[in-house]
Amino acid sequence: MEILLYGLVNSFKLILIAFGFTLVYGISRLPNFAHGAIFVFTGFVAWIMMHKLNLPYYPAALLSLASAALVGVLIYQFILKRIRGMNMNEIIATYAIGVALIETFRWLGFRGTTFTLPVFFEGVAFIGDVPIDYQRLMVIGVGVVMLAAVWIFTKFTRTGLALRGIAQDERAAMMLGIDSDLTATLAMALGSAMSGLAALVIFPLGSIVVEAGYNTLIFALAVCMVGGIGSWGGTVLAAFVLGFLQVITVTYLATHFQMVVTLAAIIATLILRPSGLFGKHKELEERV
Amino acid sequence: MKSGLRKERIDRGIKVRSDGIYALSSWREISFLMAPRMLLVCGLLLAPLILHFFPYWQKVLLIVCIYALLSMAFDFLANYVGLVCLGGSFFVGVGGYGAALLSKSLHCSPFISIPLAAVGGACFCTLALLPCLPLRGVYFAIVTLMYPLFMTRIIEAFELFGGTNGMMDVAGFANPWLEQYFLIIATLVFLFALRRLAVEDVGLVIKGIKDNDQSVKASGINITFIKAQAIFYASLLGCFAGAYLAHIYMWAGLSMFALDFSIIPIAATVVGGGGSLLGAVLGAILLVPLSEALRAFGPLRIVSYSLILTAVIVVKGEGLLNYLSRKYNQFERWKEI
Repeated sequence: MEILLYGLVNSFKLILIAFGFTLVYGISRLPNFAHGAIFVFTGFVAWIMMHKLNLPYYPAALLSLASAALVGVLIYQFILKRIRGMNMNEIIATYAIGVALIETFRWLGFRGTTFTLPVFFEGVAFIGDVPIDYQRLMVIGVGVVMLAAVWIFTKFTRTGLALRGIAQDERAAMMLGIDSDLTATLAMALGSAMSGLAALVIFPLGSIVVEAGYNTLIFALAVCMVGGIGSWGGTVLAAFVLGFLQVITVTYLATHFQMVVTLAAIIATLILRPSGLFGKHKELEERV
Repeated sequence: MKSGLRKERIDRGIKVRSDGIYALSSWREISFLMAPRMLLVCGLLLAPLILHFFPYWQKVLLIVCIYALLSMAFDFLANYVGLVCLGGSFFVGVGGYGAALLSKSLHCSPFISIPLAAVGGACFCTLALLPCLPLRGVYFAIVTLMYPLFMTRIIEAFELFGGTNGMMDVAGFANPWLEQYFLIIATLVFLFALRRLAVEDVGLVIKGIKDNDQSVKASGINITFIKAQAIFYASLLGCFAGAYLAHIYMWAGLSMFALDFSIIPIAATVVGGGGSLLGAVLGAILLVPLSEALRAFGPLRIVSYSLILTAVIVVKGEGLLNYLSRKYNQFERWKEI
């Protein structure tokens, strides 16, 4: 029961972390390696607004989400737009920007474990006889709401359909008058805001540390790899597989085997089924 | 940008002449061909003498050569074989631990343990990467990124080779001059040997695999075997660098699998310009001292380094060497359309 519940929470954590990354890659084929940095950025911006500018929690949260989206837009407009299509350069440039962002916070003195965000609701619930605090339930709740929102947005609104059009076939979509740059900007804004949302929900469980930026990136990559890059359903499924795998490892083996199991899962998936559990790429594209 | 005009690039006369065999009959043409190569060779060979008065920068020179080797390995795999390998630190770690184990168990001099560790480590890396060889593009890239992370966690979890503390008291070099010149000459030899390899028969097959592996396969060539050979050469360079590093620091530990050894060589290749191996070396020569010079900024060092890197990528995406060699070989003029 405990494994089931905490596995579920862990899986939704991974979904929240990874979905923004997979969304941007799925729509515009842009690897946003600054994803983890935006995660940390949102956390610190929310903290600064609450403790330095004395804003109440909800406006601070909304403003920090908006600033995360803004960072995404700026990265696209000033950097990615100019080097689009050069894969290696895209990865290095976004990774470098991410590192710059994270290290700036370290330089500004945000070190140690003193920075925390408040939880949405205080208190502990009991499901069966397992104690679980409300914030962990919130992780599941926010995850479900976000997935539903993305599903409705991409199925039933014009903008959402345009995004899916670009994702399916960029040239055909451009012929129908969908602006590729505009959708990519939008995708970056959405993906970054999702990373920010994940930060607002997950950081209250612990404290805001700069190192989280690097770990988040690795976890997001791991989930996307196992699920198949750019495949949304695969990402969700992979988050569940990895989420439960991690919790089971921690319970039955030891904490430091958590990363070993995660990495072994990734290497095995890549060698056996490179495009992931639900990858859309053709067999010939991925291996000879 | 002027309207109604376009820029035209034409090869310089001396470049065209020195492409032919006749170049050998004229000093001007020979020096046109040799000058850039001699600049690099003599520059690297003289550097330890000039830096003799700055002992700190002598250490930096060693690190430059280490990163130059790693960048060459990356450039060779990415732009000659078509395998983008993000796991440079896997090679470094395997080579480093190999050299440390050898020198501690056999008590031999670095000049025996380094080559042994390089060859042994290269065999190990090739075998370890064998199952991933059929993978292409981004899938190979991510799998190789995971290998060093995996090794770190394994060593940590099972407490192998001294666990998180690493292996101390690896034998160092007795003579600092030997330490520097052995590495510099090895770097130059590897550089020109790899460039030579690329124009030999096997080099042509390797380039064929990058362009179209299906048709190479259709010609009855075992491409997995050729790719394994290429991985062996690249990991030979990487393990050599790692083994050397272990003897310079007199220590082998988990930080040899750190992301730095994967990322900085890639950055060097991108900044210097890929596809010629020389660009990778140039990138390492520029970036490593830059990151040392930025130490003056203290904690802001990584930030400014990343920003400079991003700026170079955005502004000069083709790489410095490609830009320079175009200026060297061609002239430009405006032409009316």
